[in-house]
Amino acid sequence: MSRIADKLAALRAEKRKALIIYITAGAPDMATTLAAVQAAEQAGADIIELGIPFSDPMADGPVIQKAAMLSLKSGTNMAKIAALVREIRQHSDIPLAAMAYMNSILNFGEEAFATSFREAGLDGLIIPDLPSEEAAEMDEICQRNGLDLIQFIAPTTNVARISQVCRNARGFIYCISTTGVTGVRKVDYSGIGRVMNEVRKHTDVPLAIGFGIGTPEAAKAAAQYADAVIVGSAVMQNLMDEGVPSVRVLVQSIRQALDERMK
Amino acid sequence: MPNHKGRFGKFGGQYVPETVMPALIELEQHYRILKEDAGFQEELTYYLNEYAGRPTRLYFAEKLTEYYGKAQIYLKREDLLHTGAHKINNAIGQALLARRMGKKRIVAETGAGQHGVACATVAALFGLECQVFMGEEDIERQALNVFRMRLLGTEVVPVTSGTGTLKDATSEAIRYWVTHVEDTHYIIGSVVGPHPYPMIVRDFQAVIGQELKTQIQELSGTAISHIVACVGGGSNAMGIFYPFRDDQDILKIGVEAAGKGVSSGEHAASLTSGRPGVLHGALSYLLQDSDGQVIPAYSISAGLDYPGVGPEHAYFKDSGRVSYTSVTDKAALNAFKRLAQLEGIIPALESSHALAYLEELMPQTHAGQAVVVCLSGRGDKDVQMAAQVMEGLTCHV
Repeated sequence: MSRIADKLAALRAEKRKALIIYITAGAPDMATTLAAVQAAEQAGADIIELGIPFSDPMADGPVIQKAAMLSLKSGTNMAKIAALVREIRQHSDIPLAAMAYMNSILNFGEEAFATSFREAGLDGLIIPDLPSEEAAEMDEICQRNGLDLIQFIAPTTNVARISQVCRNARGFIYCISTTGVTGVRKVDYSGIGRVMNEVRKHTDVPLAIGFGIGTPEAAKAAAQYADAVIVGSAVMQNLMDEGVPSVRVLVQSIRQALDERMK
Repeated sequence: MPNHKGRFGKFGGQYVPETVMPALIELEQHYRILKEDAGFQEELTYYLNEYAGRPTRLYFAEKLTEYYGKAQIYLKREDLLHTGAHKINNAIGQALLARRMGKKRIVAETGAGQHGVACATVAALFGLECQVFMGEEDIERQALNVFRMRLLGTEVVPVTSGTGTLKDATSEAIRYWVTHVEDTHYIIGSVVGPHPYPMIVRDFQAVIGQELKTQIQELSGTAISHIVACVGGGSNAMGIFYPFRDDQDILKIGVEAAGKGVSSGEHAASLTSGRPGVLHGALSYLLQDSDGQVIPAYSISAGLDYPGVGPEHAYFKDSGRVSYTSVTDKAALNAFKRLAQLEGIIPALESSHALAYLEELMPQTHAGQAVVVCLSGRGDKDVQMAAQVMEGLTCHV
């Protein structure tokens, strides 16, 4: 079992919801990212999703686009991100997944990426522009290197596709709450909830909801349907506007809301 | 081509978020049925002929031929189409497709504004709601086309993200499509994007080459030796090359924008100097830095100002079916002026790149041969830009 699967299994046994916090690597610089990761973990994050910035982030809204631009401007590259992963690993066992667009991985070399980032301490990989149709080769490489390649479910995913996605699911399945790009907004989570109920007929792999979740209330609402919630844009907005302490406050408040639910 | 996975050789594919995968699958299913549907094809031909003005003429450019004194030069006059460029071929086809799929809204990206105008036009014609994403910088460069789109009832949405040009307008159009995928059809403007778009746009543009095939049979005693077309995303080039793809006696040459020179770093020559990479849903040649970040393209021509290129062109390049080269802004401007003065035809700056390549090509040809240039669009939209730039250039005719 991977670190991601272990963590999610342990939380499930405790009947607790997992909190996955997204942070763009290098926005505005690597030292801030490291501090934000540590703060998020201390505040109750269970898994960190580390964003690898790309010049043309097709699936991201304005906040994460801005974070990517800031990061690239500060000179972020693959070598520095691998070093960051190594650094995080020195201090923590928190499961780490990277979020990268396919071009970043192709350019680095798929095999090279998997081996060097696994060696640095990465556990999973989220590629927003790699649907299951295109994932076979990457999936094989990830499996061979002990990385979980995260699969996606969207509100538009139909029953025929669900079984295809579930076949290769490892770690968790990323359930996109609503059509559109990343960013905080009001979402009715029951829509994706219905799709997720269907997904559960095909797999025991934990389900995480992402996109739109920015407040403790939203996290709580989403968590009704999921094993985990993913919070990204709100974290990056806080980090870019007010720095690490505000990330800590946000993560703490969401953690509390998720745990309250169970009482 | 493409194969069942949407690949042209290793190029192409579907690198898109899961959210739009079902829409791409639906689009392909509808398209494959309509492609064989006589009623749909009749409707398409009707609008292409009666509304857009097809077939376009194959015009013998006598004065330009005399100027070079070698092979005969023919111009495939896509510039004479309604809205002024070949873009209308694809816009009509895809709007009819959208209508058959029951989609009420269309979304598109545009660079120079020609594809945007074509979409705005068909949206008005077929009663579809239309939004066009356009980079802030291009909105300034192409104010006239922005007005045309608005006049036609389309909402032009300025794109400020990234570099504010065609690449970012495309990303933004895709983001909008991902959000409204259930009732919106995305009309991509070139042979780029995820499968099945490169195939669909190619098929709708292939009418250019199909007509040419018929037209050259009527030329007595001259054999076509070369076909030349400009390549940004590559839709006019693909349209004219595709029906001749297995014809080894005719050399096909795609001309990219070398901007200020390929060695200057300020250009849009993805095939000439890019590396394979993924942008906007497909694997193809791409301008990118050593870390895989996309390098903004540069060209005087807003329609060629794109860091990627259609995946089938990438396949044609690697398989040697088509040769690709590039010409600079300056050479394109000279060709722009030359055609205006010799033939009384003002070409689009995009098409001027194909014309500029004649400087290199014609001396290698001989009488008895014939060269066809795809005159993909007219230059009305470019005169203001050209006037500004030509002040500082000496143009020899």
